[in-house]
Amino acid sequence: MTAVLDISGLGKTYKSGHQALAGVDLTINKGEIFALLGPNGAGKTTLISIVCGIVTPSAGTVTVGGHDHARDYRAARSMIGLVPQELHTDAFEKVITTVTFSRGLFGKPSDPAFIEQLLKDLSLWDKRNAKIMELSGGMKRRVMIAKALSHEPDILFLDEPTAGVDVELRRDMWNMVRGLRERGVTIILTTHYIEEAEEMADRVGVISKGRLILVEEKDALIKKLGRKTLTLNLADPLDAVPAELAQWNLVLAGEGHELVYEFDSQAEATGVPSLLRRLSDRGIQFKDLHTEQSSLEDIFVGLVHETKTEERAA
Amino acid sequence: MIKNLRGIRAIYLFEMARFGRTFWTSLMLPVITTTLYFVVFGSAIGSRMSDVSTVPYGAFIVPGLMMLTMFTESISNASFGIYMPKWTGTIYEMLSSPMSPLELLIAYVGAAATKSVIIGAIIFATAHFFVDVQVAHPLLMVAFMILMAVTFCLFGFIIGIWAQSFEQLQVIPLLVVYPLTFLGGAFYSLDMLPAAWRAVTLFNPVVYLISGFRWTFFGQGDVGIEVSMGAVALFLALCLAVIFWVFRTGYRLKN
Repeated sequence: MTAVLDISGLGKTYKSGHQALAGVDLTINKGEIFALLGPNGAGKTTLISIVCGIVTPSAGTVTVGGHDHARDYRAARSMIGLVPQELHTDAFEKVITTVTFSRGLFGKPSDPAFIEQLLKDLSLWDKRNAKIMELSGGMKRRVMIAKALSHEPDILFLDEPTAGVDVELRRDMWNMVRGLRERGVTIILTTHYIEEAEEMADRVGVISKGRLILVEEKDALIKKLGRKTLTLNLADPLDAVPAELAQWNLVLAGEGHELVYEFDSQAEATGVPSLLRRLSDRGIQFKDLHTEQSSLEDIFVGLVHETKTEERAA
Repeated sequence: MIKNLRGIRAIYLFEMARFGRTFWTSLMLPVITTTLYFVVFGSAIGSRMSDVSTVPYGAFIVPGLMMLTMFTESISNASFGIYMPKWTGTIYEMLSSPMSPLELLIAYVGAAATKSVIIGAIIFATAHFFVDVQVAHPLLMVAFMILMAVTFCLFGFIIGIWAQSFEQLQVIPLLVVYPLTFLGGAFYSLDMLPAAWRAVTLFNPVVYLISGFRWTFFGQGDVGIEVSMGAVALFLALCLAVIFWVFRTGYRLKN
């Protein structure tokens, strides 16, 4: 796998003193879909804005396809298409004019056939002569995507592409992203929706307080997702976990009233039936039981919470 | 520094199309304004005015009238051109595009200056319906017009970047440039003023610009043509220096 984007030691402190990014290192591989997750104000948009040349970094370097994004900005920026979070459009312009304009701005020769196909792919062709102000929010979002793709970029940034978008458009968007990936376009998206990251991404990064706290293959995260906990509410409290139950690595909770067993729900032998048999053999009675699945969201919230606690301690 | 010619062309045509949408108002406004000035200053008052040196008063006000409109139009067009993308947020696309600052400047200022020169030409043509104006140095006159349009568009570009509201966008053209131009000898010769006021007026930079432009028409001005040219060059250099600094620091363009 070859790296198409290399971010190293990237930091940004705004004039207000707010530190939006604190030393981010990240390598994006060619052709992958990378999802950047994080709460509001975590630094997602700042990160994207720096790579795209809209915000000047305080520290660090960015290399796009081997081109330094400050020194060799023309080559670097030519490779990138950006769909920002906000719907920034020229209200009075026609759809086709604004998309053609974007292609020219990026120095590409005009290609009406390409623009036509692009607008058709995004279901905008019928609206090509409509003024942007006449379009719905979802259609405006499509126009933004068409503008970003008008110069045939190698890397596409989608900043919260499905925020405030209806279900149908979200599905369309996901299909479009998959189609782009098949054509070899690298896609980096930020999102609030864990579902989106699960559905789309090859890799997931979690950012919080300007720090990248986790970067992992989605499949590895799905394994974590597969972890379940079984909680048994005991009839009589225990002082300690009995020695013969050691193989399950149980944890005693709720002042001895609860036994907690964590297991991999996708494994062939979860160990649950044998545990329950052993308990009944031992005469340990329980009143109730329930299982809980840890979701990507739990992992995410846990990670974000952890960094906040660390910061408070520091 | 200039490589992305297609990008320059895209912005230039975009801006010209924006002017095109308001083509008739853009065209009619200078025609009507010029007509009004000639009705009031040319016919009603002008007939009672004596010639300025050897130039009839009606012809005398033509260069001043052109400059007055071109100054305000240049500033408002150029400032609006760069302020709008900032205001609507579409500036993100300019900043993320492979355009150098110089290319952006050429595109925006070029388009605004083109419009100003067209408006100046319309005023000049309209004036011919009312008075007989002879131009002593036509080439210099055209060069001066273009130079003034470019310089004031650069100034407007700076205002557009500086402004953070529509009010700020209007404040400099209306409260500074318009009065300075009006008092800068657009409609009178400095010789008509009492000595004390003449001295005060010489602190008004616009005096040198209008005087220079008038010189290209009649071969005479309030100050020498060299002084005027010097003032134009100074103003141009000043605007370029500020813009250079703006792009270097990303002032109010990048965070």
